[in-house]
Amino acid sequence: MSGSFSKTVVPAEQVGRTIVRIAHEILERNQDIGDLALVGILTRGAYLARRLASHMEEFAGQEVPVGELDISLYRDDVAARGSLTIRSKLTQPEVRGTNLPFNIDEKTIVLVDDVLFTGRTIRAAIDALFDYGRPSRIQLAVLVDRGHRELPIRPDFVGKNLPTSQDQRINVLLSEVDGADEIVLEAVQHE
Amino acid sequence: MNKHLLSINDLSRDEIESILTTAAKDFLELSKRDIKKVPTLRGRTVIDLFYEKSTRTSTSFELAGKRLSADVINVKAESSAVGKGESLKDTVLTLNAYNPDIIVIRHPHVGAPAFVARYTDAHVINAGDGKGGHPTQCLLDIFSLKQEYGELEGLKVAIVGDILHSRVARSNIAGFRKMGMEVTLVAPPSLLPRGVEALGADIAHGLDALADVDVVYLLRMQQERHADAGLMPSLREYIARYCVGRRHLGKGQRVLHPGPINRGVEIDAELADSPENLILQQVEAGLAVRMAIMYRIIVDAGADQAAAEGERDAAEAAEAGPEIKNIRAVG
Repeated sequence: MSGSFSKTVVPAEQVGRTIVRIAHEILERNQDIGDLALVGILTRGAYLARRLASHMEEFAGQEVPVGELDISLYRDDVAARGSLTIRSKLTQPEVRGTNLPFNIDEKTIVLVDDVLFTGRTIRAAIDALFDYGRPSRIQLAVLVDRGHRELPIRPDFVGKNLPTSQDQRINVLLSEVDGADEIVLEAVQHE
Repeated sequence: MNKHLLSINDLSRDEIESILTTAAKDFLELSKRDIKKVPTLRGRTVIDLFYEKSTRTSTSFELAGKRLSADVINVKAESSAVGKGESLKDTVLTLNAYNPDIIVIRHPHVGAPAFVARYTDAHVINAGDGKGGHPTQCLLDIFSLKQEYGELEGLKVAIVGDILHSRVARSNIAGFRKMGMEVTLVAPPSLLPRGVEALGADIAHGLDALADVDVVYLLRMQQERHADAGLMPSLREYIARYCVGRRHLGKGQRVLHPGPINRGVEIDAELADSPENLILQQVEAGLAVRMAIMYRIIVDAGADQAAAEGERDAAEAAEAGPEIKNIRAVG
């Protein structure tokens, strides 16, 4: 017998505050906002990047370019065990693809994703970015760091550190796609 | 997707939609970048095995493989050991010894791709087999129509010309119908295969029928396959009755052609140079669609294998008895 349980670990208002805090931190770290651009990893990273950008514009009074990055062609598990996630994405593929409406050369790019786990997605995203140009630096902002890194990758801006076990899942829900903001911990329970 | 792409009938409507979405979102964009390459099939080997002359299909498959970072080898029958009398079976067994991941085959005989699939572990993609079929052409044509018209359900298409010798017509009748389109075949009776009605298309003789459709799909007059069979009184008479020009088209009607075109035979020179034809868009679509097919055939196979292993692991775990695990909740 097995079932699954899920519980809210970060409620909506706290998600909003965390995003605001990350926006402040990005501005604090990067004095020259003119060189800055945000690139969100599809799907939820892209929504987060838009929110961060609008907060940053509000605080700094200057527009920050935002792009979206689809990393599916850069994954390291194509046709390997574990590519089931790709499969489920492919049978109902996203209609949105990469969209970088600005030149990334010599820019400071802040990659944005919802959950940092093994680090493989970020590795793929960095590879993808380099096919579009040569940014002067790349920083990483994530809403949740759940640990279990398999690559030497660390975030520059973290919303929440949530220690998890391997078979748990962290689901970030955002109002743009999911109706409401929430961070949920899900676990398969073996009885 | 299945292991191979031998016929358009191997794909469901949903699978076609999904492949074309991949092509539109990932691969059209790629062709517009400075760096037109992704690492997706790095280390994979693709063999393009062509037993017939081809420009666009072979260049398109070669470029598609290269832009996915696969190693691509082109084998052309005229410059290979086939000229020394090697059979198709032996050629395939030889190439299979290199452990290719995909073999793309173009062959003058119907069924050759299925035959190849028996002698290789690679995924086999049919790039045209005699009068049999040409599924990747069909997919790129559906893609081009989707890009131009958006919704395909109820779209009316006339396929005009040498249907008798056309593998493109055979695949496209099936593929267009599968996408909910209505197909009319327009040709002299001698250039229609016997029993073609069974494929679910209407039949018309003469270009008057073009008035009732949204799209005109022209086929090349395959004179090299006619072999003096007396199918037409003369080429001049065919041209007089069936050569399509701008004067035959209504407002908003677009023209497709799989190429190569014969100017002045099935399409007049003015139409061949007019923006009313989508011929070059079809070529561009061909590259994106073939990249999507190669990508999906490899990724889907990997996912199927992972699913099978997952099921086996689950079955083994069930046999081993229930395992008790503590889940640590995060506060």
